[in-house]
Amino acid sequence: MSLILENVSHIYGEDTDMVVAALKEVNLEIPDGQFIGLIGHTGSGKSTLIQHLNGLLQPTKGTIYFNGQDINEKSYNRKELRSKVGLVFQYPEHQLFEVTVFQDVCFGPKNLGLEQKEVEMRAYKALKQAGVKEELFYHSPFDLSGGQKRRVAIAGVLAMEPQVLILDEPTAGLDPAGRDEILGQIKKLQKETKITVILVSHSMEDVAEYVDRIIVMNRGEVLFDDMPKEVFKEYKKLEEVGLAAPQVTYIMNSFIKEGFLTSSEATTIQEAKEEILSFLKKKKG
Amino acid sequence: MLKDITLGQYYQTESVIHRLDPRVKLIGTIAYILSLFLINKIQGYIVAILFLALVIRLSKVPFKFMVKGMKAILFLLLLTVAFNLFLTPGEVLVQIWKLTITKEGLKLAVLMAVRLTFLIIGSSVMTLTTTPNHLTDGMEKLMKPLRKIRVPVHEIAMMMSIALRFIPILMEETDKIMKAQIARGADFESGNLIKKAKALIPLLVPLFISAFRRANDLAMAMEARCYRGGEYRTKMKPLLYQRADRISYLVILIYLILCFGLGR
Repeated sequence: MSLILENVSHIYGEDTDMVVAALKEVNLEIPDGQFIGLIGHTGSGKSTLIQHLNGLLQPTKGTIYFNGQDINEKSYNRKELRSKVGLVFQYPEHQLFEVTVFQDVCFGPKNLGLEQKEVEMRAYKALKQAGVKEELFYHSPFDLSGGQKRRVAIAGVLAMEPQVLILDEPTAGLDPAGRDEILGQIKKLQKETKITVILVSHSMEDVAEYVDRIIVMNRGEVLFDDMPKEVFKEYKKLEEVGLAAPQVTYIMNSFIKEGFLTSSEATTIQEAKEEILSFLKKKKG
Repeated sequence: MLKDITLGQYYQTESVIHRLDPRVKLIGTIAYILSLFLINKIQGYIVAILFLALVIRLSKVPFKFMVKGMKAILFLLLLTVAFNLFLTPGEVLVQIWKLTITKEGLKLAVLMAVRLTFLIIGSSVMTLTTTPNHLTDGMEKLMKPLRKIRVPVHEIAMMMSIALRFIPILMEETDKIMKAQIARGADFESGNLIKKAKALIPLLVPLFISAFRRANDLAMAMEARCYRGGEYRTKMKPLLYQRADRISYLVILIYLILCFGLGR
């Protein structure tokens, strides 16, 4: 039960003068239940990559396996795949169209051909999971605030009960409070349901706190693929490709440089605080 | 999905044709289209083909780009040819069941096919070598005399340039919304006509909303920059005829003389 990419390449505009290789020989294995951060600069190929995972784009070369089956084979049921690999696009609120919030969330499960009762149950559950208040269920989605609209749109994908949930910059254009709320909700959901979550972002700061693994893309290639603390150790290389490690990493590194600390594994402010406190305790004692 | 439409798209490159004043290209295209419909002898068409070939060569736009634009109107072309072929009365050549092909019909069908093909390719040359903004600038300047009879020339030109500017944006938006709905299990391809039309609702509603939102934002941005129509408005790059433009007018004139001299 997993997603496997084997030598996947994707080339845009193959028969024109403007040939762009968006993905170059990407090899990845995504096991069940992981929380992954997919990080890359604008144009690094991360959006192209995620559209391959649910069959919206087909690779120019290479194969993608979901649960051991090649998803681009002719006989493969791609509609079913799309219900199992849920993709939430950037600014997903732009896809809302129904009269009420509840009906909009029903769209996904209805397309799966489920019974009306099951459809409504799933929609209700998904809206709850996404943190939408019950009094908003029968409002028009267009009357909601930006953050609420986004939750509704995420619920629209959750209602299909995917095994893998991919979110493309789910916090773009939200204020810090809205960002933390949405990310926290996603983390909670991942813990409760044990689904795989792939969080696409261009900011390490955003994802460092939540993910178990970080995949860094650069110019269509996988640059790093490791645990956050391992990836952040390479902060100099990250800067070269226009990214940066979280600020905590920089602070801890200057502490090490100045001789306050000997080593650091911290990736979040909380961890950094604990490291510093335990160091100070040791010094006293 | 929608990337195949090249009709009305600009092809970026450096060429004599690209640098020409848009007015020259507009008048040239109109003259060319008129010539296509006025000549009726084979010699005339040979001149027309040679002229077009020369312009395409000078424009440095790959030929396959122009042919790609043809795909969009292939159906229309075939329909016109079929109508002309089967429905023109005259001397019967072939008869299959109820369909008769006449000598006159065949002649007319070939003529229409040639005319339409060259019309499309000829006007694609213009749109492929001129940016939409440049094109509307040229139109505005050409239509300027109409202001005397209270035609809102500037406003029309502004509307056109905005409309043209929005085509690629809306196409991209359509593609994005389509993908988002497909990811939610929407099906735009199978089913009968009614089902297909119904399937478009999840695409059209968000598309309209986003179009209105963009229009609102644009209007606001224009107002914030004190835009208030064409009165007393000056241009950063006013259109001025250069030497190449005068030579081009001469070339167009020579073409027309040759065409009508040989082709009528």
